[in-house]
Amino acid sequence: MTMQEPEPSAEERGAVGRFARDFVKSNEAVAALLTFCAVLAVAILAPLISPQNPYDLTQIDLMDNLQKPGSRSMGGMLFLMGTDGQGRDILSAIFYGLRTSLMVGVLSGGIALVIGTAVGLLAAYRGGWTDTIIMRIVDLQLSLPPILVALVILVVLGGGAAKIILALVIVQWAFFARTVRGVALVENAREYIEAARGLDLGVLRILFGHLLPNCMPTLTVIATVQVANAISLEATLSFLGLGLPPTQPSLGLLIANGFRFMMSGNYWVSLFPGLALLITIMSVNVIGDRLRDVLNPRLTR
Amino acid sequence: MSQFILRRLIESVFVVLVMTLIVFFGVSVIGNPADIFAAQECDQKCLADLKARFGLDRPLWEQYFLFLGNALRGELGNSFQHGLPALQVILQRAPATLELAFAAVLLSVVIGVPLGMWAGLKPEALSSRLIMAISTIGFSVPTFWVGLILIMVFALWLGWLPAIGRGQTVTILGIELSILTWNGLAHLALPTFTLAIANIALIIRLTRAGMREVMFTDYVKFARAKGVAWSRILMTHVLKNIMIPVVTVIGMEFGGTIAFAVVTETIFSWPGMGKLLIDAIEVLDRPLIVAYLILVVLIFVVINLIVDIIYSILDPRVRLRAAQT
Repeated sequence: MTMQEPEPSAEERGAVGRFARDFVKSNEAVAALLTFCAVLAVAILAPLISPQNPYDLTQIDLMDNLQKPGSRSMGGMLFLMGTDGQGRDILSAIFYGLRTSLMVGVLSGGIALVIGTAVGLLAAYRGGWTDTIIMRIVDLQLSLPPILVALVILVVLGGGAAKIILALVIVQWAFFARTVRGVALVENAREYIEAARGLDLGVLRILFGHLLPNCMPTLTVIATVQVANAISLEATLSFLGLGLPPTQPSLGLLIANGFRFMMSGNYWVSLFPGLALLITIMSVNVIGDRLRDVLNPRLTR
Repeated sequence: MSQFILRRLIESVFVVLVMTLIVFFGVSVIGNPADIFAAQECDQKCLADLKARFGLDRPLWEQYFLFLGNALRGELGNSFQHGLPALQVILQRAPATLELAFAAVLLSVVIGVPLGMWAGLKPEALSSRLIMAISTIGFSVPTFWVGLILIMVFALWLGWLPAIGRGQTVTILGIELSILTWNGLAHLALPTFTLAIANIALIIRLTRAGMREVMFTDYVKFARAKGVAWSRILMTHVLKNIMIPVVTVIGMEFGGTIAFAVVTETIFSWPGMGKLLIDAIEVLDRPLIVAYLILVVLIFVVINLIVDIIYSILDPRVRLRAAQT
């Protein structure tokens, strides 16, 4: 969108400040935020901070396979979390896996947000037939379980990063659309929208300049939850063998690879990637919870 | 009332129709079954014969109406892999999945509702904070990973519970059940818990939220002022009101639970429909995939319908609102 952002007024700045102050009142939320920042940093810096590049065949040695956590390689490198069946350092694999998992989660959540918001705003603003048709599709989409829809899409289209993102967008957009429509309908009935219409402002300007900013609090909460869900769903699909290719493994695929070794007692191959996944998803969810508490005026009575 | 049900019924039929359309055209994109299953030495002529036999040479829309007509008679084609009618293959496996899903839903209510009520009643207590922390973990944890960890701890290290299969079953009214034998119950324990985790977390939150809302309502305040005993307030006034959202969500999540059983069944080699689907996907057994999807959509729509009807009985406002629009 090319529209210039209006300068935040003193009152708005106050609202943001109040929001930030409310947010940090919860120790858990602050801890979660810090954790998520750390996870994000690890994911971005993975190539720089990983002990090895787990997908560079010259750096891994088959002789080092299934080493216990804390053991050392032939060359003296420390395997803090052990190695997998091909002698790959689990810690490095997790760093790279986080990259993939986060990318898929954030990208699919972001695209779904844009599409869902646009559709939801349109439905609320136009009303009538547009609204009815859009909401029927949304209801249909929401009545089906995400895992199944994503599964079918991937069976039809085949795997790969782009396709898994597409599948995740398809299962997520309706959440945004329904939420945005709900909030926008309430806002649409307010005087300021009536005034904007009276001033004969363009549809796009009313939608994005006036309606959208007032939907932001709710959207933020949904977006956080959806990113967490997307990461989890992608991991599950990859676990089922329907997600990302083995050349670009996400945390889900790492866990799936470790499944075979777990039966013979080599627990670390699955355990640590799973913990990394849990920590990531949980930090996002805790942030989302706090946002909901802070942004929902109903609970602040 | 009957008008409301009729309306919802028509809507449901429409949803099923749309879904058959999507599933049919979606799956026919995957690839031509004749090409996949034809023998190596099959030449152009034999391939054409094969296509003619399955009706694959006709236009796609004609194939769809043929498929729809057959589907209405309960004929969804033979599974390539099993050589039996796809619907029959799935229905044979359905009891295992339904048993698992029912057990999971039951477990999540039995655990979730009391914990949620407690957390809502004493929101500041340490125990309540612990419950909420567990609920957050339950929400976030990838369930397939929990399944693996449970197998590792309870089956491999401790050796208390079996990791795979259904165990000993008892046949009642032609349906095999695991839940009635000790051995079957032991097999059921880990998959049920794995499948229930997300629902437990959800129900705890719902119940807690409902509890906190209901506690401040006038009728609860009034009952307290009147000196009604706490236990009675909880049991008659509070529970009834918080159960409305819980029942709705349980109903809606039941379909999701069946769908998610795909993952749980794969981990625990539970011989249900979900495992069947994953196996069918691996070999592109088209009729089986289609039959599974149609069946699950049908289950879904029926559940949604039932939930809506129950809901409208519990809360007449829903019915009235629907009549207005």
